[in-house]
Amino acid sequence: MTAKRVGMEVSIAVSEAVKMANVDCIAAYPITPQTHIVEHLSELVADGELDAEFIPVESEHSALSVCAGTSAAGARTFTATSSQGLALMHEILFIVSGMRLPIVMTVANRALSAPLNIWNDHSDVMASRDCGWIQIFTENGQEVFDHTLCAFKIAEDHRVLMPTIINLDGFTLSHVVEPLELVGQELVDGFLPPYKPLYTIHPDKPITMGAFGMPEVYAEAKKAQEVALTNSYPVILEIWKEWGQLTGRHYHPLEAYRMEGAKLALLTMGSFSEMAMEAVDRMRARGISVGLLKLRLWRPLPVEQIRQLVQGLEMLVIVDRALSVGGTGGPVSSEIKSVLYQQPKRPRIISFIVGLGGRDCPPEQIEEMVNQALKMKRKRKTEEFTMIGVRE
Amino acid sequence: MAKPMEQYTWKDYPVGGVVTEPGNAREYKTGDWKSQRPVVDTAKCIKCGVCWLFCPDAAIYKNDEGFFLANLDYCKGCGICARECWTGCITMVEEEK
Repeated sequence: MTAKRVGMEVSIAVSEAVKMANVDCIAAYPITPQTHIVEHLSELVADGELDAEFIPVESEHSALSVCAGTSAAGARTFTATSSQGLALMHEILFIVSGMRLPIVMTVANRALSAPLNIWNDHSDVMASRDCGWIQIFTENGQEVFDHTLCAFKIAEDHRVLMPTIINLDGFTLSHVVEPLELVGQELVDGFLPPYKPLYTIHPDKPITMGAFGMPEVYAEAKKAQEVALTNSYPVILEIWKEWGQLTGRHYHPLEAYRMEGAKLALLTMGSFSEMAMEAVDRMRARGISVGLLKLRLWRPLPVEQIRQLVQGLEMLVIVDRALSVGGTGGPVSSEIKSVLYQQPKRPRIISFIVGLGGRDCPPEQIEEMVNQALKMKRKRKTEEFTMIGVRE
Repeated sequence: MAKPMEQYTWKDYPVGGVVTEPGNAREYKTGDWKSQRPVVDTAKCIKCGVCWLFCPDAAIYKNDEGFFLANLDYCKGCGICARECWTGCITMVEEEK
């Protein structure tokens, strides 16, 4: 193996992975906390280390529109954004997925305004939840690096052809220097073949992309998209397995941590999963049998795997990093509830919303959630959801 | 598309809705959108072609005698030709079932 261990800022690691993927085109607009990713990529292009077009644009709406064009022309295409930038891309997100253009995008997750806030939570990506992209969450710098490379292979596979978002927590991951095991270019070249588009726009062979769909065909188009996104699931597993064989780092859509004998489990996404592991270790040391489920793949949602892994649980404590205002709390909690609703036996679900707009969530607070959940169980009363740590 | 839209199932809907056959918009007969059709009084027509120039759908053609007439497969009945005609030789007539 050609791996070497280095200390590297996670944003730079994303750029290095994109460089190793030998992308043809990057169109992006800088926004905190994504900035270092595209800044470094523009340097790599300017210095001749990466032979790609770097197209600076005047907005994120334009960034993703340019990406749609270059991807349609057959170029391996990358972009990155955060928060308001993702919101400004919103319209194009759906166009790209409906047109099945395999663009890879890093989202350095950040809260949405107002109030203006540059810090981390998941409200940006959750507001674009239904955009039809494959959506993957990462826990640490190593995962960000690995999943960036896997994302190109997943997105461009002809059995998939779906744009893919890699979520990494803004600042918490993006701006942190972490020890990383990079891989050699040879390994990447063997793993990730050059992009072979199914269709391209070329004057020699004219085709139409993005044609309109009348009421006679729109529903068929959407069903085809739904089935295609669902069917990407086994391909994602296959590609992660191949990556695991090459690097020794194995990834799964839903990962179980210390679930043995647990009647109560936490469910987390993103970098909070590491914090939750720490909290689980502490509680286990005190004899509380609690486990952790870490949800990595948000779209396509691993419905069957969720149902399997919660079997035998009495309580599931779901930690959301976004608030669906006026709804039933957090989006992850709502979805897990609907995954389990039809099951004859299901755990009681306790929903917490934490870490909004960069608010710290130490392991003690995760332990507090477990304590509150146990209290609700004793009182036989379940709150719809609780925003923990909010001053009354 | 290779076949009319209403014949596509979700399974044979092309990936990303790509249309691989160029120029097939001509197969899409938009003439049935119209509620009025232009009727030309050839006695008054001076063959100037201003209707042909203004037609937003390029649905007007010149016949063998040099008169400009609407191809009803594509004419959407907007009435611009009748509005622009210098001699007033085009009348919009209600379409009937």
